[in-house]
Amino acid sequence: MNTIWKNIGPLDKIPLQGARRLGFRHEGRPIAVFRTSGGVFALIDECPHRQGPLSEGLICGTTVACPLHNWVIDLQSGHAAAPDEGATLALPVRIVEGEVHIGLPAAVERAA
Amino acid sequence: MNMIVDPRQHLVVIGNGMAGMRTVEEFLKHEESHRFRITVFGAEPHVNYNRIMLSSMLAGDKNIDEIVINPRDWYEENGIRLYTGDPVASIDRAAKTVTAASGLRVSYDQLLIATGSRPLAPPIPGLDLPGVCAFRDIADVDKMLEAARVHKRAVVIGGGLLGLEAAWGLKQRGMSVALVHLMPTLMERQLDAAAGQLLQRDLDRRGIAFFTNGQTEEISGKERVEGVQLADGRSIPADLVVLAIGIRPNIDLARAAGLEINRGIVVTDDMRTSDPAIFAVGECVEHNGQVFGLVAPLWDQAKVCAAQLASDESALYASRELSTSLKITGIDVFSAGALMAADAADDEITLRDDARGIYKKIVLRDGKLVGAVLYGDVGDGQWYLRLMRDKQDVGAMRERLVFGRAIAEAGSGKPAEPDFAAMPGDTQVCGCNGVSKDTIITTIKEKNLTSLADVRAHTKASASCGQCTCVVEGLLAFAAGSSAKKAKKTVCECTEASHDEVRQGILARRLKTMDEVRAAFAWKKKEGCHKCRPALNYYLLCAWPGEYRDDSRSRFVNERVHANIQKDGTFSVVPRMWGGLTTPGELRALAAVAEKFEIPTVKVTGGQRIDLLGAKKEDLPAIWADLSAAGMVSGHAYGKALRTVKTCVGSEWCRFGTQDSTGLGVKLEKMCWGSWMPHKVKMAVSGCPRNCAEATIKDLGVVCVEAGYDIVVGGNGGIEVRVTDPLVRVATEEEVLEYTGAFLQLYREEAHYLERTAPWVARVGIDYVKKHIVEDCETRRALHARFLHSQRFAQDDPWAERAKGADRGEFTRLPELAEV
Repeated sequence: MNTIWKNIGPLDKIPLQGARRLGFRHEGRPIAVFRTSGGVFALIDECPHRQGPLSEGLICGTTVACPLHNWVIDLQSGHAAAPDEGATLALPVRIVEGEVHIGLPAAVERAA
Repeated sequence: MNMIVDPRQHLVVIGNGMAGMRTVEEFLKHEESHRFRITVFGAEPHVNYNRIMLSSMLAGDKNIDEIVINPRDWYEENGIRLYTGDPVASIDRAAKTVTAASGLRVSYDQLLIATGSRPLAPPIPGLDLPGVCAFRDIADVDKMLEAARVHKRAVVIGGGLLGLEAAWGLKQRGMSVALVHLMPTLMERQLDAAAGQLLQRDLDRRGIAFFTNGQTEEISGKERVEGVQLADGRSIPADLVVLAIGIRPNIDLARAAGLEINRGIVVTDDMRTSDPAIFAVGECVEHNGQVFGLVAPLWDQAKVCAAQLASDESALYASRELSTSLKITGIDVFSAGALMAADAADDEITLRDDARGIYKKIVLRDGKLVGAVLYGDVGDGQWYLRLMRDKQDVGAMRERLVFGRAIAEAGSGKPAEPDFAAMPGDTQVCGCNGVSKDTIITTIKEKNLTSLADVRAHTKASASCGQCTCVVEGLLAFAAGSSAKKAKKTVCECTEASHDEVRQGILARRLKTMDEVRAAFAWKKKEGCHKCRPALNYYLLCAWPGEYRDDSRSRFVNERVHANIQKDGTFSVVPRMWGGLTTPGELRALAAVAEKFEIPTVKVTGGQRIDLLGAKKEDLPAIWADLSAAGMVSGHAYGKALRTVKTCVGSEWCRFGTQDSTGLGVKLEKMCWGSWMPHKVKMAVSGCPRNCAEATIKDLGVVCVEAGYDIVVGGNGGIEVRVTDPLVRVATEEEVLEYTGAFLQLYREEAHYLERTAPWVARVGIDYVKKHIVEDCETRRALHARFLHSQRFAQDDPWAERAKGADRGEFTRLPELAEV
């Protein structure tokens, strides 16, 4: 699968234990980046439960608690913690010279 | 051509609902099931879901994925062929085939009919109008949710379990709801008149309008439904009408196939119909003249039917005493067996405590319990049910029985703990999720579970309506013994420490950061969780004013961005209006902001101020800048903080006013604004005992009298209404300010995070509060002084700071710089 990488600027624009929503979307859906002591993560900014803005949630370890109903979502996988079930799409992130790049999956072209 | 003939027998199931799939699940547990291949036909387009949970879905507590019992993978893994959205149209018993609506025909060796039931419809005009629906399946819930989005007024016809849950769900979705019921009291088949009236009173307080003794004559409307006409001339406007008057077994298919039917498909104890190759289970059957509408007997039938399919002819179905409960948050109802004495030989014993909203009635016959109706306190329901099922002689504890298990057994020398060893293994502990005692015990042992949360996560027992929580906790203690965690209320799952222990530890051990607290109390997670972080942040802020640096990353979004997040991710903005006073200049500024930032809704709040709803996050700093320029500050409508001080006009204008209540309200609000609290705090000042500012349901209220000021505390006007307790009468405004500061500081220093003053005062007792604040003037002055000291660091307007650029990154989005 092809990945298109987008540079969203310096790491320090994202507060530690904080998140920012991005100015562009993936397939019409909002994207957020999260920064923890363990790294930087990107998710589609919609809780699998009621599409709450995860970027507004409380970040602990490598999880975020949705501000609407406190579902706990793993930042790495996008999966909800048990017993809740569901997932939001996790996007790849890389840090290049102090700047954060987000990888968006591009539509796959089918071989004829 | 070679053909491989499948040597297995073919089990065909008509109906993909709870009873049918439960039978298949039970059947798969039998070794014998390997000799079968299984095909399932379902009329609905969905996989198997928990129909009981439709009301939770309607109320917004669950979504569709959460009520699925078996996902498609389950069918695949078990080799079950599933046809959804394709109801069976006919059964040919001679040829042993069924034909679906799509034309698909399959032959069977064994057939299981589980077609369930259909909603009853009254014989009245208007049923076909758009906006009229039943409450039976996901499609109905979708219709109701769609209506709730667009329309305002709903009428539910039917005051039984289903109707009440539908009404509550629609109310939760923001509709105004009226409920029409044919009988004089609600749930008359499960509750006696007294309990039915208590239920109606409580739901009436929650805003549902009742039309009892109401016979619906017509559903009226032209293009879509417009109203409901009752036979006595009453008429109720409606945009949505939900029919929930009952169900009847769905027997059309069985009748056409020539099976013996009565009200339902007649089955014998082995769950066979009049054709030995055809079984039936669930709401479509009739057994010994009885038809079924609750889930517990369905599980019993499924188990028997599965055993019979697996050639275990000893399995037989016998109906048992059933109990009912209602899934409405905060309303506890339990009913089992007889609702009242059948004749003079029966005894009824009732206990009624109106103040606590508790009602209990038990019915005795020949020294045995034959019925129980509980309202408000249902903790002993399962115990009563077991006494009934076991036909135990209760003569020895007759006079104590109605007071519940603890008291009844304390006097009889029996252990007060439930006898879990004697509880039969197949006892359905959790009716919502169909979890038996055996399942719970086995899972606890296999997975070494030690906490209620774990048991819930792994078995789903008590994870839905929660009424069986105490039984599940008891089973945990029984199975896990001393390793089971005690029900001690800890701050969160990160720690074994209670709120009180943490608060005392912070002071005694002079812990000044969250890391220090977590280290001192051996927190399991280094960074804590979303439950403990806001609590610790508050406790430290309260303990070390001016010293501890607030951690915005440990605050819930509303307190971090100083606005209230709404369900669509926009925010609401509420500036302070001191004591409810405003000026033409402030109103002009508000109007200008509303227009400039295209605020979709401007609303006057219950706390006498103005709410700008629907503001975009990016606009917040600019909105605050404009409001700041007009002299307005944050109203903290988003925080665990002082919200409003409501006032009436008082002696300045009112002919009854005894004191200047507005002026005093302003002084109180000026003293208290900006302070962080364990939870939100609302105050009010009324100028006379007519109490127009509703001071007696506030966290702290002042009621002015000729002789001075009555201070009352610990009230609440929310779901659980609590009237304040009187604290003291004082003579001067200065004293009001001192007592108020002292009370708030005591609450700030001692309550648990997220505990309002009402439960706090109820927990510690008003005498405790009086002892510190009224009887001991030194303590009072010290508390007041500590409050004023902490206010020195709290009274900075957070809006002005952010309008000037603080936290700027919080309010903008990260743009794309380049594609790389």
